[in-house]
Amino acid sequence: MPLDASFAALADPTRRAILARLALGEATVMELAKPFEMTEPAISQHLKVLEEAGLIVQRVDGARRPRRLAKPGLDQVDQWLAMLRKALEKNYDRLDGVLAAMQSEHKKKR
Amino acid sequence: MNKLTLKTEGDTHVIVTRHFDAPPEAVFRAHTDPKIVQQWVLGPEGWTMPVCINEAKPGGKIRYEWKHPKQGGFHLTGEYIELVPYSKIVHVERMFLPDPTPDNHVETRFEPDGAGTKMTMRMTLPDAKTRAAMLATGMEKGMEASYVRLESMIGNLMPSAASH
Repeated sequence: MPLDASFAALADPTRRAILARLALGEATVMELAKPFEMTEPAISQHLKVLEEAGLIVQRVDGARRPRRLAKPGLDQVDQWLAMLRKALEKNYDRLDGVLAAMQSEHKKKR
Repeated sequence: MNKLTLKTEGDTHVIVTRHFDAPPEAVFRAHTDPKIVQQWVLGPEGWTMPVCINEAKPGGKIRYEWKHPKQGGFHLTGEYIELVPYSKIVHVERMFLPDPTPDNHVETRFEPDGAGTKMTMRMTLPDAKTRAAMLATGMEKGMEASYVRLESMIGNLMPSAASH
């Protein structure tokens, strides 16, 4: 499970932008290079990192190699963030109860 | 509905927001009064915080020690940098697992939001790699093992998150 790699891959703003673009549909290196104003080798390097992190996959279509989002890889990241969110929610839900008790205590004193 | 949002920003930040149905003064107190912190900065069920030192003043020390009947324990230390009653807390913290984790710089803001409070917590890690590692902690050995690990990470992230 290359989750560490996933987050390292996501740490780069260009790579996040590439993922955002691929969320709209598959694209080739050439199609990606243009809007990002980067050379094809530079884009290819980013795509390699994303691929190794399991975030994107490529398809063979004649001479074209369009890339698209790899759902399972992205799910892992989402899943982890969901776990963290759940953990944070636990503390804050507990705090809601503590705050409610503080408030009624406060009212009693008045 | 008190919904938490959690997102990454830039290369080194994690941003958490949450609404509370209590005024900023109360939420601020809940983050800085050790007797109150001990009641809720606990992560998953089963953990307690037998030691809670929280000197809410610039330069003041923070030390939280957690214990679990089966999973042992760990602790966190930190220092306050700035406190603006009842709107802002800035502190640095690190976990000991048992080796110290890189310093996590945490800025927590409380703003009036209707009759309640909107909390925005901004964590800043030294670099992207640290944040990635922090976010990925607990996933190395698969979901099952990681859940156990996550519990100590709650220590990691949550106290930062939660406690301040």
